[in-house]
Amino acid sequence: MLKKSVVLFGVIAAMVLAGTMAWAGKIVIKGSTTVLPIAQKTAEAYMKQNPDVKISLSGGGSGNGMKALIDGSTDIADSSRFIKGKEVKLAVEKSIYPVPFAVAYDCIVPVVHPGNPIVNITMAQLKDIYMGKVKNWKEMGGPDRPVVVISRDTSSGTYEVWEAKVMNKERVYPGALLQASNGAVSQAVAKNKNAIGYIGIGYVNADVKALMVNRIVGSKDTTLNGTYPISRPLFMFTPGWPEGDVLNFINFVLNPEKGQKYVEEAGFVPLY
Amino acid sequence: MEKGDRRGKSRRARERIIRFLFLGIALASITTLFLIALFLFTEGLPLFGHVSVTDFVFGKFWYPTSDPADFGIFPLIIASVAVTVVSSVISIPLGVLTALYLAEGASAKVRELVKPVVELLAALPSVVIGFFGMVIVAPVLQEILDIPTGLNLFNASLMLAFMSIPTICSMSEDAIFGVPRELKEASLALGATHWETIARVILPASISGISTAVILGMSRAMGETMVVLMVAGGAAMIPTSLFDPVRPMPASIAAEMAEAPFRSEHYYALFAIAIVLFLFTLAFNVAAERISNRYRQVGAATL
Repeated sequence: MLKKSVVLFGVIAAMVLAGTMAWAGKIVIKGSTTVLPIAQKTAEAYMKQNPDVKISLSGGGSGNGMKALIDGSTDIADSSRFIKGKEVKLAVEKSIYPVPFAVAYDCIVPVVHPGNPIVNITMAQLKDIYMGKVKNWKEMGGPDRPVVVISRDTSSGTYEVWEAKVMNKERVYPGALLQASNGAVSQAVAKNKNAIGYIGIGYVNADVKALMVNRIVGSKDTTLNGTYPISRPLFMFTPGWPEGDVLNFINFVLNPEKGQKYVEEAGFVPLY
Repeated sequence: MEKGDRRGKSRRARERIIRFLFLGIALASITTLFLIALFLFTEGLPLFGHVSVTDFVFGKFWYPTSDPADFGIFPLIIASVAVTVVSSVISIPLGVLTALYLAEGASAKVRELVKPVVELLAALPSVVIGFFGMVIVAPVLQEILDIPTGLNLFNASLMLAFMSIPTICSMSEDAIFGVPRELKEASLALGATHWETIARVILPASISGISTAVILGMSRAMGETMVVLMVAGGAAMIPTSLFDPVRPMPASIAAEMAEAPFRSEHYYALFAIAIVLFLFTLAFNVAAERISNRYRQVGAATL
């Protein structure tokens, strides 16, 4: 009789243990496509170090990430913006308390052809250029050449920053050339004396010239001290203070020796 | 007697099995096409719950992620039609005349050299042609013509022409080569010169094949994605000159699909563009089919 119950206890204990182990080894991450490259690189590195943890990643945009956070279908929600008041309210109604972790900064730099004499540009001028109001470089003290406006596809995260920080609710005019990636913009600007484009700071190279904005050089320092205007923090949100594998993963991402290395690799500004 | 009968039966059964097997193989591609079309329509049509068909097809602004969003693809349609037309203007004469020369004018030596080279053009991956257009042709065009950007309608059309020339050329050449020898010999025997024979006999006799080649070449240009994505410039506006940047339909789909949230309006809109594109290429193919049926060369006597 005693023996039987010991065996039964053992079986139950084993089942519970197996259950928790299977449960513990999985992290679901959803949300912003801007943060996706960071999440992807860090998740790959993390899974290499911890082969028993499986991380499943998907994009879908910050809004969808928040939605998943609120309905409990994700462990981490990536977001390129802070959580909105409405979303906090919805989450609290379901007894979920979202916790933000800033994991990196996004810094977008306007670039021109290296042959262009202009070194500084104001936010107002950028807005006018992208609205199609300014059509010649001489209006900004440059040579008498037409301005060729290069923008990003409207669904990219880089475009999102540009629209939020520079355009201020105005639309980029339809005559702007749309390129599909940071690399393509940099390539197109490097090949065209008339062009202006914008790229993530990680993609600036010798083929293009980065402009100062309102006399401030876009750099790691000016981004971190908040003086450079076209930048924003990127977040990972967790439902409540993270525990277990999720906590380990967030710690990994925030570690200057580990995750933050991949932030820089993905073309963003690390936190330190 | 009985044995022979049984063997006959089993042979008939085998025939039948083989026939069904081939029917199945033939149906496989039809089923695939049908399923793709079905998928296109189920993913694209929900858009029209939010946007009317006229606003979609004739709307002038494409701002799929703005708030409120605009889903007007008129500039995209115009761009696709424009690159197709301009590239045809370049590729049809080049392709057809090359085919004529290869079939009628060239010596065997020249033919053996030129034909594989033209066909090699078809083997070039489109991304290579796109890269060539972006890195080499665009700066040259910009420099020579002193235009704001080399990534434009003309450059894209030029690159597309490169891609459709091999299709047009090799199919036309087959058609010209297929003209019965009696026709040519009869024409020459009546005292016509070689040129007269080509213009009055060989061309009319092969016109259905050449038309099919041209239409398939055009439909290739319209559906081509990589080249227009890299070279056309990507501005969603109605072009006013040959050197304006444009954004053809396939470029929009390719550039935006990866980032469009699943089953959002933007996602539906991209599939709706794909429906429009599908209808265009379908129309091209139906036209090719009809032309080749209507002017079909049945025998030497029909001309």
